Amino acid sequence: MDAIFLSRLQFAVATLFHFIFVPLTLGLSILVAIMETRYVRTGNEEYKKMAKFWGHLFLINFAVGVVTGITLEFQFGTNWAGYSKYVGDIFGSILAIEATVAFFLESTFIAIWFFGWDRLSAKAHAACIWLVAIASNLSAYWIIAANAWMQHPVGYEIRNGRAELTDFIAVVTQPYAITNYLHTIVSGFLVAGFFMMGISAYHLIRKNQTQFFTKSFKLAATFSLIFAIAEVGLGDINGKEMARLQPAKTAAAEALWETTKGADFIMFAIPDEKNERNLVEFFRIPKFMSKLVLGDWDAEMRGLKSWPVDERPPVAITYWSFRIMVGIGFLLVALSAFAWWKRNNIESYPGFLKILLYAIPLPYIAAALGWIVTEVGRQPWIVYNVLKTSDAHSPIAVSQVGVSLVAFIVVYSILGFAAIFLIVRHAKKGIEAH
Amino acid sequence: MLETIWFMLWGLIWAIYFMLDGFDFGLGTLMPFISENDNDRRVIYNSLGPVWDGNEVWLITAGGVTFAAFPTTYAVMFSTLYTPLLLILFALIIRGVSFEFRGKIDDPTWKKVWDTCLFLGSFLPALLFGVAFANIFQGIPFDKDGIFQGNLFTLLNPYGIAGGVFFVVTFLTHGAIWLCIKSEGRLHDKAAKWASGLWIAWLVTAVAFLAFSYVATPLYKNYFNNPALFVVPLLAVVGLLLTRVFLASQSYWKAWFSSSLAIVAAVLFGVIGLFPNLYPSSIDPALSLTAFNSSSSPLTLKIMLGVALIMVPIVIAYQSFAYHLFKGKVTPAMLASKESY
Repeated sequence: MDAIFLSRLQFAVATLFHFIFVPLTLGLSILVAIMETRYVRTGNEEYKKMAKFWGHLFLINFAVGVVTGITLEFQFGTNWAGYSKYVGDIFGSILAIEATVAFFLESTFIAIWFFGWDRLSAKAHAACIWLVAIASNLSAYWIIAANAWMQHPVGYEIRNGRAELTDFIAVVTQPYAITNYLHTIVSGFLVAGFFMMGISAYHLIRKNQTQFFTKSFKLAATFSLIFAIAEVGLGDINGKEMARLQPAKTAAAEALWETTKGADFIMFAIPDEKNERNLVEFFRIPKFMSKLVLGDWDAEMRGLKSWPVDERPPVAITYWSFRIMVGIGFLLVALSAFAWWKRNNIESYPGFLKILLYAIPLPYIAAALGWIVTEVGRQPWIVYNVLKTSDAHSPIAVSQVGVSLVAFIVVYSILGFAAIFLIVRHAKKGIEAH
Repeated sequence: MLETIWFMLWGLIWAIYFMLDGFDFGLGTLMPFISENDNDRRVIYNSLGPVWDGNEVWLITAGGVTFAAFPTTYAVMFSTLYTPLLLILFALIIRGVSFEFRGKIDDPTWKKVWDTCLFLGSFLPALLFGVAFANIFQGIPFDKDGIFQGNLFTLLNPYGIAGGVFFVVTFLTHGAIWLCIKSEGRLHDKAAKWASGLWIAWLVTAVAFLAFSYVATPLYKNYFNNPALFVVPLLAVVGLLLTRVFLASQSYWKAWFSSSLAIVAAVLFGVIGLFPNLYPSSIDPALSLTAFNSSSSPLTLKIMLGVALIMVPIVIAYQSFAYHLFKGKVTPAMLASKESY
């Protein structure tokens, strides 16, 4: 195995692990802020208890998200020196802005919120959690804008042997950044909604603290349904942008080999990359893919064979990640719709509550798969059509990366177990913990 | 000009980072030696609790600013310092979660594990940042392809180790003073004794490191060429001496501000001595990365300067508010509350 492969694996491990904790932060901060706002408005102590209970889970999760974020920023330098030199002028500045504009705000006010219950007025205290919610979602914008630039570089010129910024506004406001951003944060809202529904379901099945958890459940069900429906629309918009800007990624995500006018939609396929075809294809809807991604039944879609072999992304992993993500997306709509429909009488459906408990991982999986489509589907480019991943690596020894990769896996595994153990423990206790 | 401004801002952000996370590191390192029981340790955790995370963001900003303003330096510096940097990052990871995880389960073994993590996660970065910066001051053996000609032990040369020791002792003193501010009773008296003792060690290592720097590095060249700059190291000395004065009069906040001044001035002393180099090569000075040959385009530097000039004062304002809000001592009532570590 070469150093580049190990570095890619290391970045994948570090990012995917980080992104277990980030989406919950994005959504749960808003939910806790809503609870505390209701407490301030109504004076109902139950909402305060809710904010504290869910806030507690939020904090455990937040801590791991924070500490695993730093390694990502630094890995661009340690492992991807070629990339950093080539695009630092643009990419580096966006990361720096993220820290100064958003991350400081988030980190400072989360501490004030946790330690400050008795030091601030109720309104000021609620304002702190809103600041955390806004800052974490703002922070996500800069990160996604930086990533969108890797997917579709704009506002730059190649000068002095590197990409130099020519139009800052174009970089931070390009539509692909906005569609990717909305798609990503809403996936976080779904993680949070299903997390809250699932944990509430656990207690409702046991008839434990029912009043408290019914309230939490209703809020989470409404939140989840709104965003599950929104996510389908946002996914569609983002998919259309992807087809327009990164046709090779779309071809891989749909396992389309031949350039076709009025391409059929194939529900299931088993791509055979070696022979440039699909081994099996099931359930074909004529011309539907062209309609779906290009908006026209007869539009021409580029197939993978129209790119040289060394400019195609890996097909199977992109295809399956995309399929499963979309499948989970629709499943989340169905689950949250039923949960919302029966929200006033949800205790009478213990079987469904159990399903919701076990559904907690689903949005997490979908979010991770979404990133796999985004990042693997961009290969072999690190910056789409500008810089190849193979030209982006640091001149470091394979042994160095090997050792650090093992260290990442060991440390993150322990960290992950500890965090999940603490979250489960606290979640099971319910509000008795307070 | 833009490059020079960014060079100074770069130095200033690192200086603020060491001033703020420095006392976190110092107190985390001191904890096993100064605490007698769980209550003492909880006072220490809760004295740092409201501020450590915000402090650490200055490191992320320092990294981000290096990336944004001097991408070539960022690339070469971080890849050549691969092993020490990843050690620092892992140390910071276990330190960060210690705060959040430790108090969640009331079990002595569980707590012991995270106490050890806090210690290692504080001591290692303090030491390795010192080693790294000392090595940067004297030059790093990297070649024209940005390949590091050495290993972790190359960095552990006498001057590198001296830098590490100086950082550790500095932060220990800074951290002990923070504990004087935040604790009461027996722990407070103990912290005061430690602070006074550590101050002497700090003075000795500071003098030794400054003298060693004269022998081992070209840091003083800029100062002899432009003697007015000596005001910076002078400020460091003033901060160091004032720390002693205020420790004696038990004015601990003033002592903390003095040690903060000393740290900021000491870091700036090194950075100014380095100018225009950001990352000098000891193999061939012509390969050294400077503020001018490794910087971003003027447009990026201008935009980033605008962002920094607007945002940094705002950040300092609300972080000051956070420090002000939690300026009091860690009391038994606070430890009894659910909202504590």
